[in-house]
Amino acid sequence: MNWKLALNIATTHLLTKKRQSIIAMLGVTFGISMFIIMISFMTGVNQFTEDMAMDNTPHVRIYKPLEIEDKKIIALDKPQKENDWYVVEHQRPKNELSKIKNGLTLAMQIERMPEVMGVAPQLSSQVFYNNGPVQIPGNIYGIDVKKQEALFQLDKKMDEGELDDLLKGSDVIVMGKGLAKKMNVTVGDRVSVTSPEGGNLNLKVVGIFSFGVAAMDESRSYATLATVQKILQKDPSYVTDLNIKLHDINGASVFKQKLENQLDGVYVEDWETANQSLLAGESIRNIMTFVVCATLLVVAGFGIYNIMNMNIINKMKDIAILKATGFQGADVTAIFMLQSVMIGIAGGFFGLFIGFFFSYLLSITPFPAGEFFRIDTFPVNFNPVHYIIGLFFGFLTTLFAGYFPSKRAAKVDPVRIIRG
Amino acid sequence: MKILKATNIVKYFTEPEKFQVLKGVSFDVEQGEFLSIIGKSGCGKSTLLYILSTMDTDYEGTMEINNTTVTGLNQNQLAAFRNQHLGFVFQFHYLLPEFTALRNVMMPALRLGKYSDKEIEHRAMEKLRLVGMDEYATKHASRLSGGQQQRVAIARALVNDPTIIMGDEPTGNLDKANSTRVFDIFKQLAHDNKQTIITVTHDVDFANGSDRIIEMEDGRIIGTHYPNGKQG
Ligand SMILES: Nc1ncnc2c1ncn2[C@@H]1O[C@H](COP(=O)(O)OP(=O)(O)O)[C@@H](O)[C@H]1O
Ligand SMILES: [Mg+2]
Repeated sequence: MNWKLALNIATTHLLTKKRQSIIAMLGVTFGISMFIIMISFMTGVNQFTEDMAMDNTPHVRIYKPLEIEDKKIIALDKPQKENDWYVVEHQRPKNELSKIKNGLTLAMQIERMPEVMGVAPQLSSQVFYNNGPVQIPGNIYGIDVKKQEALFQLDKKMDEGELDDLLKGSDVIVMGKGLAKKMNVTVGDRVSVTSPEGGNLNLKVVGIFSFGVAAMDESRSYATLATVQKILQKDPSYVTDLNIKLHDINGASVFKQKLENQLDGVYVEDWETANQSLLAGESIRNIMTFVVCATLLVVAGFGIYNIMNMNIINKMKDIAILKATGFQGADVTAIFMLQSVMIGIAGGFFGLFIGFFFSYLLSITPFPAGEFFRIDTFPVNFNPVHYIIGLFFGFLTTLFAGYFPSKRAAKVDPVRIIRG
Repeated sequence: MKILKATNIVKYFTEPEKFQVLKGVSFDVEQGEFLSIIGKSGCGKSTLLYILSTMDTDYEGTMEINNTTVTGLNQNQLAAFRNQHLGFVFQFHYLLPEFTALRNVMMPALRLGKYSDKEIEHRAMEKLRLVGMDEYATKHASRLSGGQQQRVAIARALVNDPTIIMGDEPTGNLDKANSTRVFDIFKQLAHDNKQTIITVTHDVDFANGSDRIIEMEDGRIIGTHYPNGKQG
């Protein structure tokens, strides 16, 4: 096989049929550039939603659920005879605290485990925010400020004020943007908060945050553990959740199992269970992206297939001459495969360039997110791996599309053509 | 030395209906012999020549070229064999239209890869000079007239110094002067270089100038003449 000669013939063919070559190339370019744009945007969206959700989501969470006793109890003051029992139906839960026993010590123990990046203890409670005569229901979270910053980047979500301001005064909170709007308060104003048990405290708003998730921003506020313990009138060891971040997010369900085996009387939940809908959305987007991209590449492939077939029909005479003068089937295949491959490579690189260009344009296009999303432009992910995949599949498509016509070219019977 | 032995070649066409084109053709060719095949149009000359050229493998009988039994070899082996041992001039001048005359002539030699590109170019130029086309070397094949293309095709057939050169009416498109020129080239190749020439021709003068004439009719050889007296 004389590759240099095959390459020379292939390029000569391509260059003498410039328009046809460019059209074939543009098919690949279109497929690859759409692939790049789609996948950059889709993974950008995935990354954005994941970041939005995961920044704030513990990989593993320990809490104490409210449990209904499912054992039947009998009424002791009634005579219990054979076949004549008095049973208490429709039991209520005991007035049991959702406190995690020795929560802070447990947090320190878990923090020492090798898989664990950190543990943020938290105390959450439903509260009413009093706005004049109107009570707005919501939640208050007592947090370890430093841990929350380190593990959940809460400080990055601040629109006004600093999260550290929580440590500088007593009886201070930071409030969600939506909630602050409902309450008509700004930084420096005071609000009164009432706990379910009736405890009441007057708090000063020192910051406004927004997660970009309305449900959170319209109901939450954060304060120090001590402040919330004070509202609830609980002791300083009272925490309701331990929020754990791991070094490896994918180890969450394994780590959950491990904790479950070691701990009693608490409930352990991993992020995958807690965020099934998020994951489902992500995998649907992924499937969609791949279906669309595969379709585009197949269409581009058919384009090349057609053009190569036409090309070979037009070149029948040339093929016959080459074979008559001693070119073998493999030489002829090589000539036409090289044409396909050159179309694929040129079209592919051009496609990457166009794809990058439009992704870039998209990434600087303002995103009409409304005031809640913390996002200014379309989320676009510039991942070199996508470019490699794009080029690889573009190349593969042209190889595939060129293969069958080239094989056909190799089988041309020179006598049939030369005889006329 | 016998350079080609054809034994009992039988060929059928099945389309549009089965009919026998060649009905048992046998003959030998000596090395350095200049052989003409004549006969009425449609008697099977081209068909025979395509079989001799190894391009058509769908026949009965056996063929031996240069002591190699080519009957039964596979397509790749035959292509390699043609590349090295056979030069072919088609009835209709078939060049690659995108390439220059020179590049067309170089093509079989580049495929063979026996010499460097530079050497091949030099040799191709020489063959073009032989057929009087050297001044058109850089012209694209599609820009040449029919007769010019025919001469370039002859140069291409010669480039690998093949053992046998076959032509299907190689002078069919040439005027008298050029026909004579091609005839002289063939004669010289046969007698000086000991290359064998087998041509199908309608040109009586051309045939009468060759060493031997085989006359065909209806798929059979009906006569053999030695217009210039039998050799050795
Ligand atoms: N591909 C073909 N299929 C069927 N018949 C053919 C084919 N090619 C040639 N023939 C027939 O075979 C006979 C011999 O053709 P050919 O060898 O070209 O004759 P010549 O070259 O002597 O003029 C003719 O009758 C022709 O019509
Ligand atoms: Mg003929």
